[in-house]
Amino acid sequence: MTTVVEQESATAAVPQGANREGLIFEHSKKGRRGYRLPALDVPERSDLLSPSLMRDEIANEVEVSEVDVIRHFTRLSKLNVSIDAGLYPLGSCTMKHNPRLNEELARTPGFALSHPLQADHQVQGNLELLWHIEQTLKEIFGMPRVTLQPVAGAHGELTGILMIHKALAKSGNARKFILIPDSAHGTNPASAAFAGYEVKELKSNSRGTLDLHLLEQHVDEDVAALMITVPNTLGVFETEIRKMAEILHRKGAYLYCDGANLNAFVGIARPGDMGIDLIHSNLHKTFSTPHGGGGPGAGPVGVSERLVPFLPTPTVERRDDGSFYLDDDHPDSIGRMRAFNGNFNVLVRALTYMRSMGPDGLRRIAQIAVLNANYIRARLKGTYHLPYDAPSLHEVVFSDKNQTPHEVHTLDIAKRLMDYGFHPPTIYFPLIVAGALMIEPTESEPKEELDAFCDAMLAIARECEERPELVRSAPHTTPVRRLDEARAARQPVLRWQPRSD
Amino acid sequence: MTLPDPLQDQHRYIPNASEDVREMLGVIGVDSIDRLFETIPGDVKLDRMLDIPGPWSEIESRRWFRELAARNKTAADHLSFLGGGAYAHYQPACVDQLLLRAEFLTSYTPYQPEVSQGTLQSIFEYQTHQCMLTGLDVANASLYDGSTALCEAVLLADRVVKNRTKVIIARSMHPQYTATVRTYVQNLGYEIVEVGWTKEGRIDLQALKRACTPDVFAVAIQSPNFLGVLEDYDAIGAVTNGAVKIAVIAEATSLGIVSPPGKHGFEICVGEGQAWGVPTQFGGPYVGFMVVKEALKRHMPGRLVGQTVDVDGRRAFVLTLATREQHIRRGKATSNICTNEALIALAANMYLSLMGKEGLREVAWQSMQKAAYLRDRLLASGKVTLPFSGAVYNEFVIRTSFPAAEILADLEHEQILGGIPLAQFYAGHENDFLVAVTELHTREHLDRYVGVLSAAIARERR
Amino acid sequence: MTPEDSRYAKSHEYIHVEGNVGTIGITDYAQKELGDVVFVELPQVGTQLELGDELGSIESVKAVSELFSPVSGEVVEVNESLADKPELVNTDPYGDGWMIKIKLTAPDEVDELMNAEDYEDYIQTEAGK
Repeated sequence: MTTVVEQESATAAVPQGANREGLIFEHSKKGRRGYRLPALDVPERSDLLSPSLMRDEIANEVEVSEVDVIRHFTRLSKLNVSIDAGLYPLGSCTMKHNPRLNEELARTPGFALSHPLQADHQVQGNLELLWHIEQTLKEIFGMPRVTLQPVAGAHGELTGILMIHKALAKSGNARKFILIPDSAHGTNPASAAFAGYEVKELKSNSRGTLDLHLLEQHVDEDVAALMITVPNTLGVFETEIRKMAEILHRKGAYLYCDGANLNAFVGIARPGDMGIDLIHSNLHKTFSTPHGGGGPGAGPVGVSERLVPFLPTPTVERRDDGSFYLDDDHPDSIGRMRAFNGNFNVLVRALTYMRSMGPDGLRRIAQIAVLNANYIRARLKGTYHLPYDAPSLHEVVFSDKNQTPHEVHTLDIAKRLMDYGFHPPTIYFPLIVAGALMIEPTESEPKEELDAFCDAMLAIARECEERPELVRSAPHTTPVRRLDEARAARQPVLRWQPRSD
Repeated sequence: MTLPDPLQDQHRYIPNASEDVREMLGVIGVDSIDRLFETIPGDVKLDRMLDIPGPWSEIESRRWFRELAARNKTAADHLSFLGGGAYAHYQPACVDQLLLRAEFLTSYTPYQPEVSQGTLQSIFEYQTHQCMLTGLDVANASLYDGSTALCEAVLLADRVVKNRTKVIIARSMHPQYTATVRTYVQNLGYEIVEVGWTKEGRIDLQALKRACTPDVFAVAIQSPNFLGVLEDYDAIGAVTNGAVKIAVIAEATSLGIVSPPGKHGFEICVGEGQAWGVPTQFGGPYVGFMVVKEALKRHMPGRLVGQTVDVDGRRAFVLTLATREQHIRRGKATSNICTNEALIALAANMYLSLMGKEGLREVAWQSMQKAAYLRDRLLASGKVTLPFSGAVYNEFVIRTSFPAAEILADLEHEQILGGIPLAQFYAGHENDFLVAVTELHTREHLDRYVGVLSAAIARERR
Repeated sequence: MTPEDSRYAKSHEYIHVEGNVGTIGITDYAQKELGDVVFVELPQVGTQLELGDELGSIESVKAVSELFSPVSGEVVEVNESLADKPELVNTDPYGDGWMIKIKLTAPDEVDELMNAEDYEDYIQTEAGK
């Protein structure tokens, strides 16, 4: 097991100035250059732009060589931890292995150099690929159509809610409210509000799930939809999901599923079979496209039959002769959600992954992801408080209740994990758990890595009792230690400024 | 029926094998993995395997995907003059190599700053580049793309200017950007007013002035606009009557030579950063940017990185002003955006750093000079006309006496992707197409274009 | 600890009345619960507020809370120094960390608010939850 790091020795071991890398602007030196273009081979005209249209030089832009740039970004990269280096157990984020084949194939020149406004007959390969990924997602979701336009989970949510609005408006009443459980991701209420709805929050029960009778009370002619995460943010499956769908459908409302947690049940159960009307899938979660420090992602949305007319345009269609085309002819469509064709090259990566896994592989993802999460749950339960004891699937949510008597809180435990070489879990979410530690290991982790993580968590729990100050002042071994976040927000410095001297 | 035991078929991306599984089940205290799924009711469980292809080896995948890619006709094997919001510029070799560093590629949003300084510092640098380039004060960490950045800009303007309902969008805005705005705001009770263009191809200032009534909260224009023509920011600012002025930059390299909107009183600049060395890749992933005046910073959508210090007084970077965002303010957030385009913003930061002060100007200068050369040669050929006379950057509209689709088909026959037909966006422009030139084109390419186009027109005349 | 000369709302605003003008801020308990205050959004002078109206919001690094007016009246002054020094709410909530001054239109409303002793009891039960 990783040795316990003493605060004193840690600071002593890091010489002043180590792990620091100046801003690229601070590396700039007049006359340095990082590029070369061929000499201009056409006659130069000096009359193209009037002086008012022409800019002065870009003040303070950098002058650096390629060596400077490569060193700079390589040094910056070393200040990050990543899934390639080890377990990254962020709950709700599904930080799984990102196969390099996906990267290689996305760089195939025929994909990478294709242009979004080319005529359909010039991009048959791209259109066929889009068609195939839609077919595959249709089968995974158990739904008749899927739009590939949304480029992130929240973008998918907005797409879905706009479709619900349009469908309801067409039948005479767009309605006012979207119901959302209090355990939901923040994007859910934000997307609902963005689409023009008011949000009503529903309280979770003691299992952390939604009570049918509570739902029944709230669903009336003013409710457009329920947005629910399956399994929910505690990793608990909503056992009564089909009855929920029935309650909503009886009143003409829709069931929207936030598919952030699809990794828990891909290949095991299908949203369409649960009565779900819409689901988005974050391809950067379940289907392994890299998170890239916060994107790009993709958030395709699957829909039930009655929502098909409202899908964003264009859709990808296949003719009888086997050729493909982009189809804008959907009079009831909500319109386009973005210029061009979504995050195409994220879709290439995701389809590569789906093919690498195949039907058995996709099912095995869910099985091992759930096994891994339950293994962590079994090893840490008792030492860490489990506020909701219901059986959980791909993630497990503990709290700091057993540690707070020692005045050690979730934030401290998270920071201390960094000293043991692990990225912390998601913390303080879901909001229904005070001091939440939300752990999602994914199927990518071998048993040894899970054991090392659990050993670290158990060691930290002991430290909380024996040397709480060590935990409270963590991390000690990271490139920087705890930051003054209040200062960052009180006097925001949001860009580099040259010194005035 | 009994499903095959998937644990018999070990997968290369999933380390735990049968022995691990047995040990782990023992610790958990159940006898099979199926027991862990008992909370999923039987009637929603799938009683068969998914009907999808695979599993494939890398060998099979390479074969299939490459065969598909080969079916595209692209700039990989054609001479391309396509633009319209997606431009093929020089991509420095080291950018993609650096992007593949796992610490950038496979890390998450930098919520834990102590172990994410690389990503955070890079975003801070990216924000700084955006401010310098646009002449505005505060940039965010990225938005999805140019079209959704415009949507966010319109919504921002609405938050700032209360109780007005109209937004003006130039008809020369990228038509897919305007379409995206229409989708986004369809339930918000806005009226979108389009203002057309003059024979120069610039926004019609008289019509704009008439449209700028007191109920207009924002005016959005694009420069260079979708016709390639540069707008006069000052003239537009003079007639907008207190509305928030939004400038859209769809060709980001233009900022290397064209006077930036921030210098001319525009409060918001949004745009598409793809031209900064990102492959056109059929439309995405790209990177949307937004830069605003200081006074608007608390209305900004998306993530912001700020500078602070750690407990030892070392400079460090952190996500800040986060109370604007969905994970805290939920239904009242400035936007629903969460995942954005961080890796592409990182690529842009690398590109902007490598090209630097000189390179950004030189890319823009060469693109503009080469476009001018092509324009001059085309005019000299006497075979085409240029319907818009305003100054352009690197893109312009060509008109012939024949349907654009026919002419472009002829060019395609000669391995040239010769332009984007305008008729799909604007009725009455059947004979017009949009042509973009960048520093990648050589004089020989441009001469060849003129030659092949002239020959095609000559053939049509026969 | 809790000033005797002020009145308190359940949403943790205090009001200190002199003549027909009340000074409103948040209590020491509330600022501790919030943690480091980084931004305070306040109404403009001249705004008419009804009892219970949202008068602004207060932000810590990772939370935002709405502020509610404990009385009805017209905003006659706002604490401009909070724009640069929001931390005054933490360091001196009843003094330099005040937020707005309001000209009361219904002075009787003040009597409905808790006195210091009742408020102390109230936060005891709140904390126990």
